[in-house]
Amino acid sequence: MSVTRQLKILEFALAATLRQRGRNFSILLVYTLVIAVLASVLFLTRALREEATLLLSRAPELVVQRIVAGRHDLIPLDYGRVLATIPGVGQVTPRVWGYYYDGLTRSNYTMLGIGADPPEGLALLSGRLPRLPKECALGAGVAGLRGTGPDGDLILVDHRGRTVDLPVTGVFRSDSALLTNDLVLLGEDDLRSFFGLPPDRATDFAVEVRNPQEVETVAAKVKQLLPDTRPITRREILRTYDSVFSWRSGMLLTLFASALLAFCVLAWDKATGLSAEERREIGILKAVGWDTADVLALKFWEGLVLSLTALLCGLILAWVHVFWFDSQLLTPVLKGWSILFPPFALVPSVDLYQLFVIAFLTVTPYVASTVIPSWKTAITDPESMMRS
Amino acid sequence: MARLIETVDLHKTYNPGKPDEVRALQGVSLQIEEGEVVALKGPSGSGKTTLLSLLGCMSRPSSGLVTVAGRDVSRLPERFLTAVRRQTFGFIFQQFNLLRDVGVLENVLLPLYPQECPVKEMRRRADALLERLGLAHRRHLKVRQLSGGEQQRVAIARALVNAPQILVADEPTAHLDSELAAELLEILGGLRDEGKTIVIATHDRFVYDHPLIGRVVALRDGRLAAEAP
Amino acid sequence: MIRARRFLALSGLLLVILAALLAQGELRARRFAAADVPALARLGAALGLTDLAIWTEARYTRHPSQADRFTAFQDLPGAFDHFPAGSIVAPPPADPVR
Repeated sequence: MSVTRQLKILEFALAATLRQRGRNFSILLVYTLVIAVLASVLFLTRALREEATLLLSRAPELVVQRIVAGRHDLIPLDYGRVLATIPGVGQVTPRVWGYYYDGLTRSNYTMLGIGADPPEGLALLSGRLPRLPKECALGAGVAGLRGTGPDGDLILVDHRGRTVDLPVTGVFRSDSALLTNDLVLLGEDDLRSFFGLPPDRATDFAVEVRNPQEVETVAAKVKQLLPDTRPITRREILRTYDSVFSWRSGMLLTLFASALLAFCVLAWDKATGLSAEERREIGILKAVGWDTADVLALKFWEGLVLSLTALLCGLILAWVHVFWFDSQLLTPVLKGWSILFPPFALVPSVDLYQLFVIAFLTVTPYVASTVIPSWKTAITDPESMMRS
Repeated sequence: MARLIETVDLHKTYNPGKPDEVRALQGVSLQIEEGEVVALKGPSGSGKTTLLSLLGCMSRPSSGLVTVAGRDVSRLPERFLTAVRRQTFGFIFQQFNLLRDVGVLENVLLPLYPQECPVKEMRRRADALLERLGLAHRRHLKVRQLSGGEQQRVAIARALVNAPQILVADEPTAHLDSELAAELLEILGGLRDEGKTIVIATHDRFVYDHPLIGRVVALRDGRLAAEAP
Repeated sequence: MIRARRFLALSGLLLVILAALLAQGELRARRFAAADVPALARLGAALGLTDLAIWTEARYTRHPSQADRFTAFQDLPGAFDHFPAGSIVAPPPADPVR
């Protein structure tokens, strides 16, 4: 088929599409929205995955937790000495951290204890980390929620029900919200006293392994020496984010795949009952000299015009929504029960394969559901038009 | 005159072997010369429309031979049959078979869309035909806005846009009053004078008794009854 | 053939817009990786962070990488996800037996 011929058939297809302006515009609108929502979720999860990989690239090589009676329990500091004896292990740091439920705002904070010698000059902190007793540094989300900031204070209730007033020395910038949004940093001793943690326990250990190739070996050794522990490697941390944000999983994606399928079934249903008028039109075309291939090309263009336009508009809308407007339409849905939710100011992540699959899954069914139902009428001998 | 269309022992059976089997044509042999105007006459169910569709390459016979300009078209694959039909025949249907919500010009252009003909040439041909048939001033109206006679002329323009050698008309006066019928036959007469071959299926006496008709072929129960000069 | 040309022009334009968005996105990503990631990764290392602070409804949504296999069932076995987070976050992958 030559280009001129195809262009002329496309011209005819467009004229036919415009003849049913209202109906086709509605289909286009719905189709675009479905693609925009689906693509928004895909772009969002991919961007989160990429950022997780980048931001957590320097997470502890090994985290060792303790499991008692099937639940997480505090880990004895003695275990640290055992860990330090494993060949290949560098620094072993006990970590003290936990969760705090703030009844005032009904939100959950992650409280982190930092050592006596906190790192200086963190670029993403306005102010400084707590150095003196009872000082704290906050994530931007907590500061915003509690209406406080540097030189302000944060009032919490400790494990004995006593009010604790913590002057704020620093607030993490919102650029780092994905990492720090719900954090409350205290000195380690303050945190122990706040939670009532025994002095010989920690929440878990961060273990440095000198040779990255040895991490799995060290983890296996940890499990062998301390059977009631659970070592988590950095690779597993990153793999968690790789798969939890995988676009091949997730209930939302399943829901949208179903929505898309339902849309195609609807389109098919409309198309299979080719109206008498549509059948007549195809019959006339055959009678005046269009052959089956021409008629099918016409139907192909009719399907492609709508689906391609919907695809491109949907993808553009989704991209702008996620990467220019921080997924503002999706966030209320995804936020759920979280009071503290970071702004999704995500960095774009381009995956051409993903785009191609979206294109294939959205355009092909619609074009097929336009072409295939016309097949039977298209292959009928035009003689029937003589008798109609 | 050269023999343009020939059929030899033509049979057409619909739904063969089934309870609703219909033997529409049974051994029809016919020759049509170039430049002839032939009327196929017969009552309803005599096989006129079937014969017309076989002559016009609209379908293939169950058995027998159909040649057009010396070429056997009886067993041609659909694509080639369509090409022969496009290049050689122009059809005027009983019900006009126009796209009602489409403009006059677009209806006339319909056969040219899937062809290599450039757009400018398409427009030129269509405009010339509409001018000739007195429809130039109606070209941008939708077909449903036209009268019966005007629709008939649009159908004729569409049939002629490919410059066919043979014109086939199925009951062309069925929906026309006598004045419009006379007008139609006058147009067909003009086309005959240009050298076109015309085959008309009709049971309208006004048509098959008209001086325009060179020969009347009578059909009854799928067979030739008699041929009148 | 004005409609056909217009449609092709429109599709071409949309494609160009999409390509431009993707290209701009790629540039933004590279700038981010070069300029912002080092500081963020350093922050994460300094504080020993293992998870992104997105969903704070429960331990296993706040720290999915630290959650054990059975945490999601702490309400009852086979419980449905009742957080919208579950619609985006799949259950953690099967761990190698440790």
